[in-house]
Amino acid sequence: MTRPAPSSAPKLPGSLAANPVLSSWVRFSADGEVMISPGKVEIGQGIVTALAQIAADELDVDIGRVQMVRPSTAASPNEGVTSGSLSVQQSGRAIRHACAEIRQIFLDAASNRLGVGVDALDVKDGTISGPGNVSTSYWELAGEVSLDRDATPGAKPKPPTQRTLAGGSIRRVDIPDKVFGHPRFIHDFTLPAMLHGRVLRPELSAAKLVDLSEDRARAVAGLVAIVRDGNFVGVVSETEDGAENALRALRKDAAWSSGETLPDEDRLAEWLKVQPSELMVIDAKTASGKPAKVRTIQRQYTRPYLAHASIAPSCAIAQWAGQRVHVWTHSQGIYFLRADLALVLTLPVEDIIVEHMEGAGCYGHNAADDVSLDAVLLAKAAGGRPVRVQWSRQDEMTHAPFGAAMAIEIEAGLDAQGEIVEWRHRIWSNGHTARPGRAAQPALLAATELANPFPRYIATNPPQANGGGADRNSIPLYDFPSWQIECHRLLTMPIRTSALRTLGGQGNVFAIESFIDELASTHGEDPVAFRLRHLSDARAQDVIRSVARRASWKPEKQTGRGHGLGFARYKNTGAYCAVVAEVEGVEDVSVKRLTIAVDVGEAINPDGVINQIEGGAIQATSWVLKERVRFDRQRITSNSWASYPILRFSEVPEVQVELIPRPDSEPFGAGEAAHGPVTSAIANAVFDALGVRARDLPITRESLIAAMERVS
Amino acid sequence: MPLTRFRLNGAETTIDADPDRSLLDILRGQLGITGPHFGCGTNECGACNVIIGDHAVAACDTPLWSVQDKNITTIEGLGGTHPLQRALIAEQALQCGYCVSGVLMSAAALLMRNPNPTGEDVRAALDRNLCRCGSHNRMVRAVLRAAAEMRAQ
Repeated sequence: MTRPAPSSAPKLPGSLAANPVLSSWVRFSADGEVMISPGKVEIGQGIVTALAQIAADELDVDIGRVQMVRPSTAASPNEGVTSGSLSVQQSGRAIRHACAEIRQIFLDAASNRLGVGVDALDVKDGTISGPGNVSTSYWELAGEVSLDRDATPGAKPKPPTQRTLAGGSIRRVDIPDKVFGHPRFIHDFTLPAMLHGRVLRPELSAAKLVDLSEDRARAVAGLVAIVRDGNFVGVVSETEDGAENALRALRKDAAWSSGETLPDEDRLAEWLKVQPSELMVIDAKTASGKPAKVRTIQRQYTRPYLAHASIAPSCAIAQWAGQRVHVWTHSQGIYFLRADLALVLTLPVEDIIVEHMEGAGCYGHNAADDVSLDAVLLAKAAGGRPVRVQWSRQDEMTHAPFGAAMAIEIEAGLDAQGEIVEWRHRIWSNGHTARPGRAAQPALLAATELANPFPRYIATNPPQANGGGADRNSIPLYDFPSWQIECHRLLTMPIRTSALRTLGGQGNVFAIESFIDELASTHGEDPVAFRLRHLSDARAQDVIRSVARRASWKPEKQTGRGHGLGFARYKNTGAYCAVVAEVEGVEDVSVKRLTIAVDVGEAINPDGVINQIEGGAIQATSWVLKERVRFDRQRITSNSWASYPILRFSEVPEVQVELIPRPDSEPFGAGEAAHGPVTSAIANAVFDALGVRARDLPITRESLIAAMERVS
Repeated sequence: MPLTRFRLNGAETTIDADPDRSLLDILRGQLGITGPHFGCGTNECGACNVIIGDHAVAACDTPLWSVQDKNITTIEGLGGTHPLQRALIAEQALQCGYCVSGVLMSAAALLMRNPNPTGEDVRAALDRNLCRCGSHNRMVRAVLRAAAEMRAQ
């Protein structure tokens, strides 16, 4: 008998493959609760509610009995990072499968105890009952059923028709605390004897500390310690106010070297294109037969650096006990952060516990991880007391990683009939991720500031198989006969970049969809019809048709108003989203209405999906109309909300979302589906309103005047 | 230090601290009132808004001396029974929720002054509150829903 090769064995779904032990996901407490322990973290996207729904459904328990455990490296499954709109796919499928198997294990145990066949048993709110009024429960049986065993691929979750919670708009479990002002954020958490820390960071980019006088800071009431290790300097105080005052004193008495030269913010595309870079061919497709190209059209699109700009400055708490350290963080990847801390501290990972607590929305890799190392370093001087460190607004806006600037060139070869026969898409950009825990060197800010510093971690791009980075969504979904997609990743990084929602997806979709709109217009064809004619994917066609119907495409032309369409399938493998934007462009461009159709496959919590799509659409509108990280040749100058404005209540468009029901399809995340389509829909609507192609983001009065000048 | 006296969420409160310190610092530090959130420290985001009299103000930019004898309400002072809180839950009007305590204060102050606001009134009243998740429209709907409920009472 031959054993089947491991590769042909059925695989466990989602994160269960890497974390197969059932008890690491699900435990029954003695008092009638179910503890569900995911490795994914709540970042305001509502994931813990969606996961609770899935668990309650498969186990047949009331959702009120489900307690969602905050992830910690001490106990939780390692689910990597909470990013890329993958949590429902990875964590949701794992929990669904694990719960289905656990339900079956308990049914078998109940059958033995009650002497009733499994098929005659029924589960209602955790009580397992059979004919003749016999019953037991998960909680009664929990003592004799061990879940310390691996999941098996055979378990069968319920068919969609038998789910009662998944697919329903259950109210989010975290919202009441937040509207009642109950402490829930890491910022509001205190530990006994907790101290406060602050870190001194230079105004000039990558400047070195030349001289520091500590005398005035030492005289500040409450001071516990001044920590200095190379260019890393911080204070620890009994009070937050004391830490702020000591920091202020230290700042006055610090002398810094001149910094590193930054690029010219008004010539970013030129700069990106001449930097040393690594070229990758992302995809190539060759047409059979002779190319029939008779002419070529080429366009360039740019996107600026964008800030995550969380409303809360990043915050962390750390406490040492001998050579072991405990960290409380709002990082998106607790195990990855632990790995980087281990590298910096030269400690075994077992001596570090990283525990998640909610922060404000992060929208990608902000300073959550950086501030965690800050807290760990400052807490070394705290004699075993916990130290809470919070960044300033200014540091959050200038020292946290940014979403990378991009230059994108697309070239289309047209045949004699004006049909697209060739397509070339080229990207110049820094890498779109420099998250911790992925490399042999740490990616944390303070690691580069120590007396014995680690080199700056140059941002990279995830492979296309994982959705790509700068190249995300650069492969067209349209049926062009040939194409060549290339990505130049910069090997220098004077402005620090890492993951921002959609990575390169927003830039690439902006470029492709703007160009498609222009080509349709040049061809004298309606943009909806043009897209449909080039798309063979039926679900792609469905979202475009739905949004066109809902927006009564194409609304009658009014002076100063315009309508535009944008479409993408996020990462080419995730949610489908089509958007019609209505803009008004008299003096400044404002977005009046966004009509959106989205297909996320199975929607675990439809209202949660709509909330994510609406939020993504409004955030994208803010990126498009307002946002651009500003800098001179030495420093980031957009260091406040005044210099980095975001969309305000009075500027927010009306947003309508139509969710296409697909209960039988694999679930896709919704958090990043709208950004690219919204961006391009707005740009195309601006053309419809004003007759100008906006190819450089953000679209402001100044950028439109520049575009008009280029045309004339 | 001179003493500063004010009413905080209905309770007489006396603080012995430097009168130039910010109200936010005193609330979150000495008093352990963590509902008002620190966002910027420069009155640009609204996350720390509290109600003084019948106006929402940024506690980060309010010196302690200026609140002598004033009535101060924080989100904690709404208890769990304010129609705005019910409406925010009903409309699922937030994502991360860090800005919500400040938004609630701006909205509650608006409803004290204007029980029958239009959508535009609400947007104007919340215009100094920043929300990064894009929950604006849901929040506006929640405020209008709460206003309607309060008028019906």
